[in-house]
Amino acid sequence: MKIDLTVNGQTASGEVEARTLLVDFLREQLRLTGTHVGCDTSQCGACVVMVDGKSVKSCTMLAAMADGCDVTTIEGLANGAELHPMQQAFMDNHGLQCGFCTPGMVMSGLDIVNRHGKELDAATVRRELNGNICRCTGYQNIVKSIREGARAMGD
Amino acid sequence: MREQGIGASVRRKEDQRFLLGKGRYTDDINVAGQTHAYFLRSPHAHAVIEGIDTSAAAAAPGVVAVLTGDDLAADGIGPLICGVTVTSDDGEPHRAPAHPALAQGKVNHVGDHVAIVIAETLTQAQDAAELVDVKYRPLPAVSSTGDAAGEGQQQIHDVAPNNVCFNWPFGDKAANDEAFASAHKISSIELTNNRMVTNPMEPRAALGEYNSGTEEITLHMTTQNPHVHRLVLAAFNQLAPEHKLRVVGPDVGGGFGAKIFVYAEELVVGWACRKINRPVKWTGDRSEAFMADAHGRDHVSRAEMALDENGGFLAMRVHTTANLGAYLSTFSTMVPSYLYAFLLAGQYATPLIYSEVKAVFTNTAPVDASRGAGRPEATYLLERLVDVCAADMGLDPAEIRRRNFIPKDAFPYQTPVVQCYDSGDYEAALDQAMELADYAGFAARAEEARSRGKLRGIGFSSYVEACGIAPSAAVGQLGGGVGLWESAQVRFNPTGNVQVFTGTHSHGQGHETTFAQLVCDQLGVPFENIEVIHGDTARTQFGMGTYGSRSLAVGGVAIAKACDKLIAKGRKIAAHAMEAAEGDIEFADGNYTVAGTDKSMNIAEVAFTAYVPHNYPEGVEPGFDENAFFDPMNFSFPAGTHICEVEVDPDTGEVEIADYTAVDDFGRLVNPMIVEGQVHGGIVHGIGQALLEGCRYDSDGQLVTASFMDYAMPRADNAPDFRIGYAPTDPPHNPLGVKGCGEAGAIGAPPAVINAIANAIGARHVEMPATPETVWRACQSAA
Repeated sequence: MKIDLTVNGQTASGEVEARTLLVDFLREQLRLTGTHVGCDTSQCGACVVMVDGKSVKSCTMLAAMADGCDVTTIEGLANGAELHPMQQAFMDNHGLQCGFCTPGMVMSGLDIVNRHGKELDAATVRRELNGNICRCTGYQNIVKSIREGARAMGD
Repeated sequence: MREQGIGASVRRKEDQRFLLGKGRYTDDINVAGQTHAYFLRSPHAHAVIEGIDTSAAAAAPGVVAVLTGDDLAADGIGPLICGVTVTSDDGEPHRAPAHPALAQGKVNHVGDHVAIVIAETLTQAQDAAELVDVKYRPLPAVSSTGDAAGEGQQQIHDVAPNNVCFNWPFGDKAANDEAFASAHKISSIELTNNRMVTNPMEPRAALGEYNSGTEEITLHMTTQNPHVHRLVLAAFNQLAPEHKLRVVGPDVGGGFGAKIFVYAEELVVGWACRKINRPVKWTGDRSEAFMADAHGRDHVSRAEMALDENGGFLAMRVHTTANLGAYLSTFSTMVPSYLYAFLLAGQYATPLIYSEVKAVFTNTAPVDASRGAGRPEATYLLERLVDVCAADMGLDPAEIRRRNFIPKDAFPYQTPVVQCYDSGDYEAALDQAMELADYAGFAARAEEARSRGKLRGIGFSSYVEACGIAPSAAVGQLGGGVGLWESAQVRFNPTGNVQVFTGTHSHGQGHETTFAQLVCDQLGVPFENIEVIHGDTARTQFGMGTYGSRSLAVGGVAIAKACDKLIAKGRKIAAHAMEAAEGDIEFADGNYTVAGTDKSMNIAEVAFTAYVPHNYPEGVEPGFDENAFFDPMNFSFPAGTHICEVEVDPDTGEVEIADYTAVDDFGRLVNPMIVEGQVHGGIVHGIGQALLEGCRYDSDGQLVTASFMDYAMPRADNAPDFRIGYAPTDPPHNPLGVKGCGEAGAIGAPPAVINAIANAIGARHVEMPATPETVWRACQSAA
């Protein structure tokens, strides 16, 4: 079946099977490989993207369900080489190591800001990151990054 | 310039691409004509294969090939090998059963590889795999570590009677027994070190391409050590001659040991791409990682300490049964032997240590090195035993440690278990940790917690590990089949920028930054002009890879040695250009200066001169490009004290990590920001083992924890912010003064957490993972 959607501000379309997951469409057809697959049970959060302004694990959504939607992936945040404040905060606070969970962490961070505002306490961030797994960082610097990124996003 | 040199928390070079989604991991790479592979795996823990009919699968839409163990054997590929020999107590080498990369007549664990199905698309391969008809005759399975070698157990491999791989005693038993016979007191503990699934976030993957013109195979794969993979695949698995095999580890999403080993999938993909003469891509899913990645830990142990009347340690004896799984993974035999028993002295001056390790086969996934590898098992056993000793002697846990520490003026210190520690000041780390953790205020905090119905406990863990793996001669004496030097090449380009080629591999550690800092500092080249290149056997001259906290301690020194050679060569070139004697040339901050004058030449100008040698010293080769190998003289011995405070809810058994302090001795820190990140990650890995993670097989050998739904990984709300301190000492044999930091947290944390829980609830022992159920039951028994 054919789907038409907006991805990172640009129109995109593709032919997908009914069983094609959104993450596979993004990675294999649009070659947006910044969105990662770290598990097969929707636990790890490496595949989080924004769909119509809400965070979605793109391994839990069929590509067909994204027909007509507005999708933002990690590739859609920066302005050229100029990082989004949330991305910059991850760099400044060593919020990443191997980089594999990072796109999902950044997208989840943005979702936390959307839902809880820009003044975030650590406990809120830690609780809200329950759907994202990182094996490298021990989370402390991710929490710090998200809090600082949120503040840096300004009004 | 030094602002980005050694000691500076420089932002990481690699972060920009990762944050933009421009990392390039194996699964991100697609090539023209690529096919997709899916591995058919055994659903049984133990079964005879009476027949495999692939005809229906081979005829399915899109299928290119269905290959089995017979095809592999016909081409003479494999089997997989174990690279370290341990001599059993009968004088024979450890028992090594055949490990075919695709099953031949029998499967020995759930997830064992049976066939590879290759198709135009992944879904076609998956669909076709369901059509492969495998006739299994199930056999009883062995899954319990403690019972595997027991009477009447099902035999797994003919070559390993009673499922024993080796029995390995070490130490002077008679002297040990004598010390125990005259001891004031004997304290003992029995415990399990829970099986872990290593779980780097990127699952394993491989993309094989065959060039029929050059007959070269290129294997992009998730590897921590591309040259080791190339060596083993070429020398032992007959995949291709070493010079016709290129292994590339592009960006790799974490390793923690799981991507050291030579597994079936990567070998089979490499072989299949040549067989079908098309690129073959395989990307494992998380379930496959649970079933077929090498797991970690899985010991059952009993340890005893003979004590004098002051709580002094007279002698220790240890009996351990270590589960190696169904087959021997690449370095599996060394983990519960040399990396374990040789660390049992810990930080203590215990004069006598005797250990017996029995390694057994079970119908479970192979077990091999996982973050810490042997050292977490040794540390957990020892540090739990020390707390039991403290309780038995009525001593404070800090005090009994202090009384038994190897004193700081005793280094180099020869332990009774082979290792000779080169440097350390264990009391300094303990003191600093107690200060940071406000040990003095603990009683008041516990009292306050009691008023809220919570039990607050505090736990110590004083660890030492052997890193910087490893002196090649020592590896050889111990039965290892490789040398563990490291190599580097430092190349100035004519335009003045520098490429640093390292044989180590970065999969989260930040080598591109840390190593650039080294070179920036030593050569005086701007940080942004330095590029660190790793992970490709076609680009890097050689390497042994990254594990055992060796990259900086061994690989960093190789880089420094290559820089030394450049500086020395540049001295000749600069002397000639400035018409001075070589002996009068001084090098500092990137400039060659004629002593006592203001005549000077920047190293970039020297490099240019070396490539455009119009006015050049006689006898000096053109070019400004040097390589070096470094083989360490000894291991490095990072050490430290971690202190954990927990609050236990006695009604639910829930444990909260209330506070955590780590004071470590890693020697000199090159990038403190990165080091601290390594410590954080290690601690949470260790907290995961202590509280959450436990890989379980049922009595039929079925893997009960095969996904993140069933296997609890630590998440952001499982730990607080940590208090981090350093108590460095200088390792005399390491030219950079560094020791390694990547595993310390995973080693230090488990005993600190469990000691804190035991302290909180007044129990002698609580098994890991200390889940709410386990802790609640322990609370009931303690009450």
